[in-house]
Amino acid sequence: MNESLQIASSIECQNLSVRFGNGVEALNNVSLRIPSGEILSLVGPSGCGKTTLLRVLAGLNSPSSGEVIADPPIRGDLGQIAFVFQQPTLLPWRTALKNVLLPLELLRSSSPEHAKSRKESVEIAKQIMSDVGLADALHRYPRQLSGGMRMRVSIARALVTQPRVLLLDEPFAALDEILRIQLGEMLLGLWEQQRFTAVMVTHNISEAILLSHRIALIREGKSEAVIDNALPWPRSEAVRTDSQFGDLYRRISCSLRETSDKE
Amino acid sequence: MFSNRKEVFLSVTLVVLVALLALLVWESVVWYFDLPKALLPTPRQCFQAGFENQETLIKAILSTGIASVAGLASAVVIGSFLAMLFSQSRKLRLALFPYVILLQTVPIVAIAPLLIIWSGYTFRTVVIVTVIVCLFPIVNGVTTGLLSIDRDASDLFRLYRSSRWRTLSSLQMPTAVGHLVLGTKTSAALAVIGAIVAEFFVGNGTSYDGLGTLMTGWQALAKTDALIAALFCSALLGLALFGCVQLISMTFLRRWVQSS
Repeated sequence: MNESLQIASSIECQNLSVRFGNGVEALNNVSLRIPSGEILSLVGPSGCGKTTLLRVLAGLNSPSSGEVIADPPIRGDLGQIAFVFQQPTLLPWRTALKNVLLPLELLRSSSPEHAKSRKESVEIAKQIMSDVGLADALHRYPRQLSGGMRMRVSIARALVTQPRVLLLDEPFAALDEILRIQLGEMLLGLWEQQRFTAVMVTHNISEAILLSHRIALIREGKSEAVIDNALPWPRSEAVRTDSQFGDLYRRISCSLRETSDKE
Repeated sequence: MFSNRKEVFLSVTLVVLVALLALLVWESVVWYFDLPKALLPTPRQCFQAGFENQETLIKAILSTGIASVAGLASAVVIGSFLAMLFSQSRKLRLALFPYVILLQTVPIVAIAPLLIIWSGYTFRTVVIVTVIVCLFPIVNGVTTGLLSIDRDASDLFRLYRSSRWRTLSSLQMPTAVGHLVLGTKTSAALAVIGAIVAEFFVGNGTSYDGLGTLMTGWQALAKTDALIAALFCSALLGLALFGCVQLISMTFLRRWVQSS
């Protein structure tokens, strides 16, 4: 799988602002740099603009001012950017494998000249399904899968195009603690393999520390601080006992509390 | 609808009991008031009349049945097509949807005579009336279905630069299947009514023979027992059509059950 790897993009947000039609200012002059292959977590109170930032990065919302520059540039029609939603968002009439194949099928019709053959697509989809631990569930329908398995399918679907950038919007929020930990570790494993650049929105501070290189605190549409996370790689659940983990946790939690006190 | 066998048994027993009770009351009323046969025959007389006219009745059931099915099927095709157009353009929807509602609110008994003038005393007229009666639940249901797609799913398709047609065929149409089935079920119950109303207007003594034309003929001859037999046949036909659609939808919809 490694030889066909796409080069991860670095992302530079320059003075991003988003104002909605109803006058709500969701983002206010946000500038962030995410180096290639880095995982950045966005943490902040509800309604602070984290999801809007993610949607702007995905090209699903356009900024009112400012711009996003990716290097190398990202082409959506080649599947170079992927999005994992809070809900698995699987199509109930498609089997797990066919759900994972969906992006490749859509790309085949939007840019046929770059598309992979049907046979090749199926091979890639089967490989990623086994990477997420679902080699036995290829032909099951979403309703026959547990919540955790559905999320695995959703992540497999996002990674099937080997994107340069992966965006995750509270992907594990609906899962219980044990599944959260398992899926977090799985995501790290996949990152080790593909080395995509990732931006993840989360409410869970431990998850942010475990999974990311840096953590950006967002408040009222602004990027308040970006905290470096020097915990050693490769990481696993065991870093929770590291003293650095505790320090970081306190720091982030204090900053978040400060910000919510100000409100 | 039914959770287990016991419940099915209970439900069937109750339905049969109510029917028997109704027949008993009917028979006693006729006997007690000594009603003339032309006004209200007994259930047994009706059954006998039906038996004597079985050949005519079976032919009529077939005609009406075929007209209903043809009308329903055409309504499914035309309705889905209209819904697809409506789902693609808000302006088109705003401009034309009120007319689809109008089609439903104008009484069919008012349109039928007009259709007879244009299309004659024919099978075709009966089918057209049936289509008009069946159209609204399908257009309405399918349009709702095509527009009620999940926001995240629609974002997913946008992310991969899916074309409008691709999103329609791979996301919206499968989402709307449930709505189509529901609309078709509602219309199935209406289809036989539509066909028979049209047949009333087509009338007896023309080249077309259906349950409705038979009923108008027997009414003119004061053959009340045969008329009631035909009435039962039409009720059974409606039930059968509804049952068929239900059966098809149950086998077909199994895959479409929502996951969340």
